[in-house]
Amino acid sequence: MAKITLKNLSHSYLKTQSENSDWAVRNVNIDWNDGGAYALLGPSGCGKTTLLNIISGLINPTQGDILFDDKTITSLNPVERNIAQIFQFPVIYDTMTVYDNLAFPLRNRKVDEEEIKSKVQEIAKMLELSSTLNNRASGLTADGKQKISLGRGLVRSDVNAIMFDEPLTVIDPHLKWILRSKLKELHQKINRTMIYVTHDQTEALTFADQVVVMHEGQIVQTGSPVELFEKPKHTFVGYFIGSPGMNVLPCKIENGNVILNGKKIETHKNIKKNSFSKTEIGIRPEFISFNKEGIPVKVLSVSNTGRHKIIDTESESGKIKIVAKPNESIPSGSAFLNFKKDFTYAYGDNWIIE
Amino acid sequence: MNKTINQKAWFFVIPVFVLVAFNAIIPLMTVVNYAFQETFGNNVFMWEGTRWFKQIMLSERFHAALGRQFLFTFIILFIQIPLGIAIALSMPKEGLGVPVCLVLMSMPLLIPWNVVGAMWNIFALPDIGFLGHSLNALGFDYNFTQQSGDAWFTTILMDVWHWTSLVVLLSYAGLRSIQPAYYQAAEIDGASRWAVFTKIELPKMKKVLTIAILLRFMDSFMIYTEPFVLTGGGPGNATAFLSIDLVKMALGQFDLGPAAAMSLIYFFIVLLVCWVFYTLMMRNEAQS
Repeated sequence: MAKITLKNLSHSYLKTQSENSDWAVRNVNIDWNDGGAYALLGPSGCGKTTLLNIISGLINPTQGDILFDDKTITSLNPVERNIAQIFQFPVIYDTMTVYDNLAFPLRNRKVDEEEIKSKVQEIAKMLELSSTLNNRASGLTADGKQKISLGRGLVRSDVNAIMFDEPLTVIDPHLKWILRSKLKELHQKINRTMIYVTHDQTEALTFADQVVVMHEGQIVQTGSPVELFEKPKHTFVGYFIGSPGMNVLPCKIENGNVILNGKKIETHKNIKKNSFSKTEIGIRPEFISFNKEGIPVKVLSVSNTGRHKIIDTESESGKIKIVAKPNESIPSGSAFLNFKKDFTYAYGDNWIIE
Repeated sequence: MNKTINQKAWFFVIPVFVLVAFNAIIPLMTVVNYAFQETFGNNVFMWEGTRWFKQIMLSERFHAALGRQFLFTFIILFIQIPLGIAIALSMPKEGLGVPVCLVLMSMPLLIPWNVVGAMWNIFALPDIGFLGHSLNALGFDYNFTQQSGDAWFTTILMDVWHWTSLVVLLSYAGLRSIQPAYYQAAEIDGASRWAVFTKIELPKMKKVLTIAILLRFMDSFMIYTEPFVLTGGGPGNATAFLSIDLVKMALGQFDLGPAAAMSLIYFFIVLLVCWVFYTLMMRNEAQS
C-alpha cells in the first residue's frame, strides 16, 4: 500500500521527438492517494493505457519519475513494484484449472500452499467462482474468464495498487453493470488504490471518487464527477463529459468583460488577464433557460428523450444546445436565452480563465 | 416450413466427383484389385484372396522396413519439433530482421526434393563433398555410401535441413498471434520465462504444432525422393524406408500383388497414426 506520485512524466514511442504530438504522454504530474478509487478517462489514443503501463512498470518512461511513498521506483520491474493489473481482454492460462489460475501469482511468489488455498477460496467466493474452481479455465464464458483475470489481480493482499485497463469491454451490458458494482463493493471491502482506465464516462463517473481526464497525452483535469460536470477546467472536459456536451462559442474579451455577439455576458468570475490567441465562452446546456431578453437565437429543433428535452438553437456565433424539463413549453422561431452566471466560464486557449 | 424438392443440384457435384474419381478412387481401386489377385500380364487375373496381405504381414523384410521407417520418423520429429520451436522463439519480432529471417527460413522449402537429394549427395561425398571431406579431414571416418550409420546421419541431417523451416514458420505464426496482454499479465503475475513458455506459449501453439507434427509425420513417413537420390536405400538396405522398399518390390521385382497389398497396409498405418494422434490432441478442445 502506498501513495503513488508521477513527477514530470513523459513518454514517447518514437526515438526522437520534435512536436507535442510525438509524445504519447506529456508532462504528467499527479498524486494517487493510498486507497483511492480513480478513473482515468479519455478517448481512444489519448495515452491512458500508456500511463497505466508506466505505473505498473510494463513500460519505462522516456522522462520523469514514479514514486511510491516518496521513494523513486522508476527502474523497478512490475514484480518489484508489486502491482496488479487487469487487461482489456481476459487473460487466462488455458491449461490450468480456475483454482490454479487464481493461485498462479501466489505460487510464483512462493507463498505456502495452505495460505494460497484460503486466499483463493476467499477471492473465489467474492467473485462467485467457488463452484467452478476445479473446472478448466478455458471452458468458461468471456465474463467468467474476465472474473478470473480480476481474481488474479485481487488474490495478492499486499499489492500497492490494482490497475484496470478497460476491463469490461468484452462483457455483456447487463453483466457489465453487475461486475462494476462488484468492483466498487470490493474497493470498499479491501480499501486498496484502484486505477480504472476507460473511455466510457458513465463507467468512470460511477466507479470513481476522483476522475482524471486525459486529452492528447496530458491530464486536463482531476476532480470529483460533480466538479468535472459543474466546472470543466478545459473545453475538452466540457465536450467529453455530459450528454450533450458543453456549448463552447467563440467570444471576445474587452476590459475584463466577456462579449458574445456584441453583448456583455456575466461569467462566474471577473477576468483580469487577456493575452490569448483564442477566447471562448462555455456553458452547459443544463444551465441555459429561455427568457424575455438575452441572447437572441432561432429555435431549430426539439427532441424529447423522455427524461428531458434537448433543444437545438442557432445564434450569431454558432449553435447552442439547451436541456429543458420534459414539461417545459418551448418557444418556436425567435427566442432569447439566459445563461446562469455561476456556471458560465471563459476559456483562453482551451483552458479556463480564472 | 415446406421445402421444395429439387434434385437437380446434384449435377453441380458431378465435376468434383469425376475429378476425385479419376485422381483418387479409380487408382486406389486398381491397387485394391491387384492386392487380391495374381497376374502374369495380358490382363489375366487369378483370385488370391488375402494371401498377399498374410505374406506381407509375416515378411521379415516388411517388418525391417517398417521398423526403419518408424525409427526415422521418430528421430526427425524429435529433432525438428523442438528445434523449430526454439528457432521460432529466437526469431526477431519486429523490424527488418523479420522478413530477412522469414525468407531465409523459406528457402529450403522451395527447393525441389530431388535437387535436395542431389545437393546433399554431392555435399556429403567423402572425397570431394564439402561436408564429407571436412569430416574426414577432422579425423572422422565418414563415408555415407558404405557405412550405414553415416548414411542414417546424412539422411537425417538432410531432412532436418529441408523441413525444420516448416515447423519454424508454423510456430512463428502461432507465437505472433499471442496477444501482448498475455505476456504483460504473466509479467505482473511474476511468472518465470519457463512458466511463460509452458503456460502461455506452448498451449497457444498447440493447434499449429498439431498441424506441424501431422504434416511432418505424414511427409517423413512417406519419404521417397530425397533418400532415393542420396543413398538409393543403401548401403545394403540400411536406409530402405517403406516407399523405397515398395517401389523396389513393385517395379524392381514386378511383384504387383504383394506390392499392392503392402501399399494398402502402408496407407492404413498412416491413416491410423494420424487419426489417433489428432484425436488425442483435440480431445480437450471439444469441451471448450
